[in-house]
Amino acid sequence: MDFQDYKDVWVFIEEKDGVIAPVSLELLGAGRKLADKRGSELAGVLIGENIKHLTSTLFEYGADIVYVYDQPIFKHYRTESFMKALLHCSNKYKPEIILYGATSTGKDLASAVATDLPTGLTADTTELDVEEDTGLLLASRPAFGGNIMATILCKKYRPQMATVRAKVMKALAPVQGRKGTVIEEHIDLAEEDIRTKVLEIVKETTKKVRIDEADIIVAGGKGLGSAEGFQLIHRLAETLGGVVGASRDVVEAGWVAHAHQVGQTGVTVTPKIYFAIGISGAIQHIVGMKNAGLIIAINNDSEAAIFEACHYGIVGDAFEIVPILIEGFKNALTREEVSHVREV
Amino acid sequence: MLHIVACIKQVPDTKIIKMNPKTNTMDRRTAPAILNPYDAHAVEEAVRIRNRYGGTVSVVTMGPPPAVKAIKKCIEIGADEGYLITDRRFAGADTLATSYAVTKAIEKISKTNPVDLIICGKMSIDGDTGQVGPGIARRLDIPPLTSVNKVVEVNQEQGYAIVHRKFEDGHEVVQSTLPCLLSVEKTINEVPYSSFPNMLKAAKYEPHIWSVDDLENVDIKQLGLKGSPTIVSKVWTPSKPEGGTLLEGDAKEQVEQLLSIILEKKELFTVKEES
Ligand SMILES: Cc1cc2nc3c(=O)[nH]c(=O)nc-3n(C[C@H](O)[C@H](O)[C@H](O)COP(=O)(O)OP(=O)(O)OC[C@H]3O[C@@H](n4cnc5c(N)ncnc54)[C@H](O)[C@@H]3O)c2cc1C
Ligand SMILES: Nc1ncnc2c1ncn2[C@@H]1O[C@H](COP(=O)(O)O)[C@@H](O)[C@H]1O
Repeated sequence: MDFQDYKDVWVFIEEKDGVIAPVSLELLGAGRKLADKRGSELAGVLIGENIKHLTSTLFEYGADIVYVYDQPIFKHYRTESFMKALLHCSNKYKPEIILYGATSTGKDLASAVATDLPTGLTADTTELDVEEDTGLLLASRPAFGGNIMATILCKKYRPQMATVRAKVMKALAPVQGRKGTVIEEHIDLAEEDIRTKVLEIVKETTKKVRIDEADIIVAGGKGLGSAEGFQLIHRLAETLGGVVGASRDVVEAGWVAHAHQVGQTGVTVTPKIYFAIGISGAIQHIVGMKNAGLIIAINNDSEAAIFEACHYGIVGDAFEIVPILIEGFKNALTREEVSHVREV
Repeated sequence: MLHIVACIKQVPDTKIIKMNPKTNTMDRRTAPAILNPYDAHAVEEAVRIRNRYGGTVSVVTMGPPPAVKAIKKCIEIGADEGYLITDRRFAGADTLATSYAVTKAIEKISKTNPVDLIICGKMSIDGDTGQVGPGIARRLDIPPLTSVNKVVEVNQEQGYAIVHRKFEDGHEVVQSTLPCLLSVEKTINEVPYSSFPNMLKAAKYEPHIWSVDDLENVDIKQLGLKGSPTIVSKVWTPSKPEGGTLLEGDAKEQVEQLLSIILEKKELFTVKEES
């Protein structure tokens, strides 16, 4: 394998119903930095049906090149068809790095592509860097069991691949009118060649909790003691107009559904205010919330790691502090209202 | 008759694991080894499909000799046969090398009883990647179906399966030819307590144990550390954030300070119309 032949940073662009997944734009932001460091180009790979119009957005978010596979066979995501397109593209243009969002689709595709190439694949990366001179990708992720990060390398194979968590990288501010090169590609693939068929797509109508979209998250941990104790978190969230978040241990205890879990195996969130109450601050939790605008921790152990990851902390018993907070907030709001009234 | 293979892994119970506060590494000796929780659901689903259509459930794992215990747990859940591949030459495998070794085992199992369906867990709680399942499917050149949260039908006669694949905002109904590989979500089923007869059977059960030499057409270079393209280059403690300001005073005073801080972001709080 001649590494000289491999250049550029690629991002697999995830698209559904004509909408680009936010994580793909975030990865263009992250990929831009890697490509600039290497003095190479940043490309998106866009696979789907009737998707050519999306290329302009990708250029605005930092891509120099977009490879497009626009064929009816790509109407729905299927591992086999998408994998064939990406393998075709990778074998033809030889990227140095391919990044995927760590979404169900991104992980599915990356795992299959890695096996066929073959090459190394690092899952659920939260930090990315590249060695300027060698192009070695430094993909880091929280490691098994402890408060540690591991940097994973793929020294002997190209391209190097990683799936990257949503909401961890930042998209660039789009530059209106920024242009790039569209390279249209095509593969010969008949429906009969594909062994899976999507029979139906069912959108869940019941509104799911989307903690990743909330401005205010009140997250509770094992420190609340019990499902009843955890009600305190619901009360504060309701008072503040926020949504409830939780540590994994709380979810595993069954106090709240998995959709509320923040962290490595839950959701990554970036609210404007994040409360961590009775949460110790394990790395797997921190990676999921560290980019929040304002982090407030309440914990009765002054040594808890969460105090190192917060902006403001209160050392105290949640059962004492939170009720005062709820009352205080209600009062403050009424005061505010009063002052508004006076101003008018 | 269907032959379903569930791929399973024995993992340290990360919930009980103790950390060495000095080195920030986990003390593996303190962690009891358990069946990967996600894989219990894979085995349970295999058992349910077998109970519905008839056939055999085999479980296969690559791991150290004590992994026999995880196989016994699968027998308790209702699996019929268990296969452990164990050999120093497998050690240090990343997902690519793991999928290679497990595939070789499945190929050997298929020789005597062709496999119709393979079921994996969503992920292992220590490897934590979800990559091994699709890897096995690619190596066997069968369709991988990940994020499966329901098996609607398995039709051996006509050679297809229909499943639901979950996404962020719903699910899709997919039909695949058989054989295929499913990676299943935890929500696909609930694993009931083991029945007494199954526990008795598990206690006496002795799995098939194979070394590299028992497998066929193995390229040693693709096994273990040597066959793993990814390496962990360093393990580090993330630079600690500066740490926050601890608020002072008694509980009331602390809350007062906190309130003035969060009320700076007034625009976030919709004032409720209270009469
Ligand atoms: C592979 C892997 C993935 C993981 N993924 C995630 C993930 O996505 N999200 C996640 O959160 N975790 C995850 N974890 C688990 C993580 O390592 C921690 O075990 C978990 O976050 C701890 O939850 P906790 O803080 O609620 O509980 P604990 O660690 O038990 O902390 C409870 C805290 O509450 C405090 N407390 C107790 N009583 C009170 C009181 N009355 N008032 C105030 N404070 C009180 C205690 O001082 C303590 O700090 C993962 C672990 C692994 C191995
Ligand atoms: N050593 C192994 N032996 C057998 N199956 C495995 C092994 N490791 C992982 N698997 C299977 O692959 C799934 C995903 O694991 P992972 O890619 O490690 O997250 C697991 O849930 C198992 O079904």
